[in-house]
Amino acid sequence: MIKKLKISNKNQEFLAKVEELSGEIITKCDQCGICSGSCPMVPEMDITPSQMMRMVQLGESEVMESKAMWLCASCFACTVRCPRGLDLSRVAEALRQMKLRKAIDHIDIKKLPEDEMERLPQIALISGMRKFTG
Amino acid sequence: MPNKGKSSTKKKLDLKKIMDRIAEASKQVVSGVEEEKVENWVTIHVMGRAYEVPADLTILTAMEYAGYKFIRGVGCRQGFCGACSTLYRKKGEYKLQTGMACQTRVEDGMFLVQIPFTPAEKPSYDINDLNYDVNVLFRYYPELARCVSCNTCTKACPQDLEVMDYVQAAIKGNFEELAEESFDCIQCGLCAIRCPSEIVQYNVAQLGRRLYGRYDSPEPEHLKKRLEEIKEGKFDEEMEKVTKHSRKELEQMYAERKREEE
Amino acid sequence: MKVPYYPGCTLKTKAKNFETSALAVAKKLGIELIELPRWNCCGTVYSLTDDDLIHHVAPIRNLIRVQEMNKNGLVENDHRLVTLCSMCFNTLKRSNIRVLENSDDLKKINDFMYLEEDYEGNVEVIHFLELIKDIGFEKIRENVTNPLEGLKIAPYYGCMLLRPKEVGIDDPEEPVIQAELLSALGAEVIDNPYKKVCCGSYQTIQDKQVVSNLAYDILMRAKDAGAEAITLSCPLCMFNLDSRQKEIKEEHPYFNEIPVFYFTQLMAIGFGLNEDSYGLDLNYVNPESLLLEKNLIRRNNAK
Repeated sequence: MIKKLKISNKNQEFLAKVEELSGEIITKCDQCGICSGSCPMVPEMDITPSQMMRMVQLGESEVMESKAMWLCASCFACTVRCPRGLDLSRVAEALRQMKLRKAIDHIDIKKLPEDEMERLPQIALISGMRKFTG
Repeated sequence: MPNKGKSSTKKKLDLKKIMDRIAEASKQVVSGVEEEKVENWVTIHVMGRAYEVPADLTILTAMEYAGYKFIRGVGCRQGFCGACSTLYRKKGEYKLQTGMACQTRVEDGMFLVQIPFTPAEKPSYDINDLNYDVNVLFRYYPELARCVSCNTCTKACPQDLEVMDYVQAAIKGNFEELAEESFDCIQCGLCAIRCPSEIVQYNVAQLGRRLYGRYDSPEPEHLKKRLEEIKEGKFDEEMEKVTKHSRKELEQMYAERKREEE
Repeated sequence: MKVPYYPGCTLKTKAKNFETSALAVAKKLGIELIELPRWNCCGTVYSLTDDDLIHHVAPIRNLIRVQEMNKNGLVENDHRLVTLCSMCFNTLKRSNIRVLENSDDLKKINDFMYLEEDYEGNVEVIHFLELIKDIGFEKIRENVTNPLEGLKIAPYYGCMLLRPKEVGIDDPEEPVIQAELLSALGAEVIDNPYKKVCCGSYQTIQDKQVVSNLAYDILMRAKDAGAEAITLSCPLCMFNLDSRQKEIKEEHPYFNEIPVFYFTQLMAIGFGLNEDSYGLDLNYVNPESLLLEKNLIRRNNAK
């Protein structure tokens, strides 16, 4: 017997927005879990990459409150291994951008510790600000 | 005109009429224009309101002709102080232009607004406590790392400076290039207002120039030599000559000075 | 051979030793790396959303500079752009692919940068390791006067050199290019599966604990496999795996520090070049005692 999940309009809108921004067909994800197994940041995450994809598939915008999308290091380990050819790093980026484009920064760059500011190379500051500020 | 009497129903002051008459009267004084002699007129739109002004005026004098009085956003009137920053669009064009009001001539159909001030925090630092290190620039201006090299700042600069180049020099830690390229900056603020990454370019450049001057720029040898000479008393006699005379004697010396035939 | 070269911001400051050693090594191999004039920061990361074009402006502007170099005669008919930093490599190459696959986007970007000449799409972004591979590891072997014998090195790739597939310079699961290079230099290559695990990248500015945990795992895996040192190709990996050993030691007091090199530093040592080119003073974990122990540098190298 086939069970059908009915997703509300609001949720469908969220899914559509994420698909548009990421350019990925998120409904293709069959929840195999390879991404979660490859992700080096998974031990620190509150939800795994698979769970993140599932929440987006169901249009649950609460996924935007997760820590996971901010812990993504854009390393593309998931990308090269996904058997459906999906690029999760782009989904995570889309979720981050949906917050950042409202000019809501994820970190306060004026409050970075002084001793860190003395050590950090430009490459760290530039990439960090690109991912965490809008 | 207001009644001088003490009647209970005073005639209401027509302030608009009074201001118009004052503006009218001061037009010629302020802009130095004798209306009858003006041949060419143009229409400019200041903050959305149209004014007919003589075509030969700069934006600054044209606005004064139109009756605006500047108490902020004006300074040297020579294109040097950076106070009269103006944003404008020309008729029929989509590009947003920038210029100093005192240096830019009006054009027919111009739409303009003044930006007398660019909001920016000035961090305080003691130059003696700072290292000669690119990280110092990032410490005080971490937003510098957000530069996307879009070149909007360069396009906005009324001094034709290569602003993006000097910002990139700052990111690379090349203080010499930063100092050289930003030298002519008048801190008008137009680059910072337009920057999508919200960098205040001229503040970064100022810190960079200060660090460069403190640590790296070559010492002016001729200045050092001159200071030595002064200490040794080389100019004592001449100084005596000038400072010991009375004002009248000095005036006479001046009038009798050697100069070129006219 | 003169090749256009893109340094990237960090190679001028904290990773100056990467540049110095690479330029020296290239010279020995008959390659002159000509720095791109008026280059700008590439942005470090490739912008991943579908609609964003502004973040591709910076990389493409650099590719236009390569065109200019060819027109100005700084290089002769060479439209390659060599990078040392893995992140710069990835960003430049990916943006290049993006605009070559989307001519509409390229047109928009060219229109936006109306003060520059148009990007014609002929530039090929390569990494220095690819250049070395082209030259051939035999040639490398021929230039080794001070073989790195007895030095057990675990090559580390990180993510940007290998992924995604259209960008990677080697197989993303089993890369071998650094191993081949190190073997040619005479070193003993230690393999370990964490050679391709991300170091944490930019997370280092948000949460240094996360990065130091990851770095600890990566370094311990290498050590457990027998490595005495690590080589890599990215200033951010270097910071996370080298400088962050300070944080690792705070968390794990019995952790023995392990030196981390840019692969070009080991090449310079192997080629017997002047010690000025090694730049060991910028490495956080001092590698001198290890190198002295293996008789690879002389005692008067010490600071």
